[in-house]
Amino acid sequence: MATPIISFQDYGFQYMAQAEPTLHHINLDIYPGEKVLIAGTSGSGKSTIGNCINGLIPFAYSGEKTGKLLVDGKEADKSSIFELSQTVGTVLQDTDGQFIGLTVGEDIAFAVENDCIPQNEMKQMVDKVAKLVDIEHHLEYAPHELSGGQKQRVSLAGVMVEEVKVLLFDEPLANLDPAAGRMTIELIDTVHEQTGAAIIIIEHRLEDVLWRSMDRIVLMNEGKIIADMPTAKLLAGNFLLEHGIREPLYLTALRYAGIEIDEKMHPEHVDHLMLTDTQKEMVQRWYQKQKAYIRSREETEELLRVENLDFGYTTQKRTLQDVNFTIHKGEMVSIVGRNGAGKSTLAKLICGFEQPVSGAIYLEGRNLSGDTIKERAARIGYVMQNPNQMISKPMIWDEVEMALLQGNMPEEERKKRVEETLKVCGLYPFRNWPVSALSFGQKKRVTIASILVQRPQVIILDEPTAGQDYHHYTEIMEFLKELNERGYTILMITHDMHLMLEYTPRAIVFSEGKMLADTTAAHVLNDPELVQAANLKETSLYTLSMACGIDEPQVFTECFITYEQKEGR
Amino acid sequence: MARIAILSYIKRNSLVHELTGTTKLIFFIAWSVASMVTYDTRVLVGMLLLSIVIFKVSRIKIRDISFVLGLAAVFLLMNNLFVYLFSPEYGVGLYESRTVLFTIAGPYTVTLQQLFYHLNMTMKVICVVPVALLFIACTDPSEFAASLANIGVSYRIGYSVSLALRYIPDVQREYHNISQAQQARGIDLSGKDKLFTRMKNSVAILLPLVLSSLNRIETISNAMELRGFGKNKKRTWYSLRRMKRNDWIVVALVLAVLVIDLVVTFWDGSRYYNPFI
Repeated sequence: MATPIISFQDYGFQYMAQAEPTLHHINLDIYPGEKVLIAGTSGSGKSTIGNCINGLIPFAYSGEKTGKLLVDGKEADKSSIFELSQTVGTVLQDTDGQFIGLTVGEDIAFAVENDCIPQNEMKQMVDKVAKLVDIEHHLEYAPHELSGGQKQRVSLAGVMVEEVKVLLFDEPLANLDPAAGRMTIELIDTVHEQTGAAIIIIEHRLEDVLWRSMDRIVLMNEGKIIADMPTAKLLAGNFLLEHGIREPLYLTALRYAGIEIDEKMHPEHVDHLMLTDTQKEMVQRWYQKQKAYIRSREETEELLRVENLDFGYTTQKRTLQDVNFTIHKGEMVSIVGRNGAGKSTLAKLICGFEQPVSGAIYLEGRNLSGDTIKERAARIGYVMQNPNQMISKPMIWDEVEMALLQGNMPEEERKKRVEETLKVCGLYPFRNWPVSALSFGQKKRVTIASILVQRPQVIILDEPTAGQDYHHYTEIMEFLKELNERGYTILMITHDMHLMLEYTPRAIVFSEGKMLADTTAAHVLNDPELVQAANLKETSLYTLSMACGIDEPQVFTECFITYEQKEGR
Repeated sequence: MARIAILSYIKRNSLVHELTGTTKLIFFIAWSVASMVTYDTRVLVGMLLLSIVIFKVSRIKIRDISFVLGLAAVFLLMNNLFVYLFSPEYGVGLYESRTVLFTIAGPYTVTLQQLFYHLNMTMKVICVVPVALLFIACTDPSEFAASLANIGVSYRIGYSVSLALRYIPDVQREYHNISQAQQARGIDLSGKDKLFTRMKNSVAILLPLVLSSLNRIETISNAMELRGFGKNKKRTWYSLRRMKRNDWIVVALVLAVLVIDLVVTFWDGSRYYNPFI
């Protein structure tokens, strides 16, 4: 075989500010033209590996290394970040944050501008890559005029303009809705075919990346490589679940039906899955058995009602149009739709941050239109996507107590409430800790606690699990489920299909400011039209059920969820 | 967000927008020098009229920049007030004559000369502020960096300034979001509370805002370095436009204004035009 383009040789790394090394004894070779997926939970060291390859380590983040890392035959830390960037092009996770130029064309040109390429030559180079990633008609657009998927294309074009040998993607799917994510994976595949560059994708969302084939998967845990094998072989083993990575849903379903996953089945893609007739029968038998357990939900009293709601920031364009729905006590509902469909605006209207043009919102039958933000806040809590945008006190106790300090509550009662809330949220042992000592998931809990302390009847969460790996995702969602079981009504804005499917029986679908559907989550994902309108994608369970001759994919999906909730994980 | 952000680029089609960033930068610098140097009323009146014309041509509406304009007006008023409080007779010394209109109290008399001095001072500011605002509102931030580099400023400085300008709307949007979420936790910023409480409350918004801005800076600087920013002493510019006929005309015009300004101002050996003697 050829010489590797990237070669880690017994490599270890410890960040300056950290007590423990982040990487231990890494041995990894990546060859020209390969497609490699590096998977692992947050904190497993997978992003650190990426930063070593592109030179952010040691040139932007310093620390101590052991062993050797060769990039294109040269020792990485004796090179420079600029020299490395000629070989390795990096697409970062944050689609907005890495947009440097003010227009698409300018952003793509950024790297060649720094190389002092004359303007006319530069324009030709930009046009060429823009065509390759299919963004050539948007060269004049500003970042905020683009969708998340389009921004991702621009980032990709911006690193490809230099004709690099390695393309490195750091969690490319984190900020994208499912359909845009799928298109990104397809695009990466096309680029791979056309340029022959090696592709390294760092992601924990395995099923989404595997939409197009990968040569191998490197699985990381606690700074070590614990598996480095072809995709099929890894999927057949038990590595994934043991290390907090979610395996593709269709494989989980097969396991539930008692089928052992085998390399020869071609488990890497649901379309290529080879099942014997006996195995198909096993799935069918499991399905028939589970069907009996599906329960329909009971209606409870009405809590929140939205009636003929219209809203627009300008008079010509309506952001929301004629929205009607009712939420009942104790429900847990997903609000889904592509970016800009009006989901966040709806939340802002319910919380009173914005005033509707017409229509009204009722809580327990009472019209809220006269209430101020503050008055509504006591009954409707709003949790922002990023906990760092909400936390404003250094200490956990103070942060949770903050909302209560605004009223005239006696100190004793206040103390009691904060304690209770901290206990509910599992934060009581940390009550005297500084917020900065917490993990992202724990910070999220703090923000939820700071809202719960006001004892609202409804909690609205904006993308509660965005950017979280399976482990943290489960932690946050199980906590919300627990709150829901305690009687809190929960609304979630999301484009995570797994979240919607597994935790919320009901989903409200938005597209371009209009409400398209209000139905069960399983139904949404099995209705091709809704899936398209909301920029979601159908689950692999749909394909699997078809392959097994089950003609009610929606019921099959519901069986899967019911079973998963019953059996636990 | 539909609200037009304060102090940021406003995209419109106008003659002013069509000029290259370099032209506008030269114009802005020459114009500021011209109005700073002179106290000559005749020149100031001319410049004032011209700046009104430019404002019209730019198709920027007063309400687009009303907030900053209001702020400038407040500062101007304060400035005038303090100048009068500290030296109510400054104009008299300057114009070497004294025409008392009426007396307020003690040493505070109102003289025609002092009023004339204030008028000139005010006109100087009124000449510069709209042009400065126009410069910001009509110059594409990316072109701005290119034009700074074009007149010899280091591209690192140019790029930092243009990035800062560019993030103003983003930061404003974020401030808006954070403040809404904080209001939902009972933090009132609307002015019903006492000043001290309000100041304490605004920390609740500023802290998360600062932290998230720092985060943003880290991401963008990583992204820039990964794509070779700072590799060479010079760089080329995708968005730099070539000077066209109109650009040269405008540059010539503003230089003419500057020359006339200097000539008229210093012809008689004084920066002040004195109608009193």
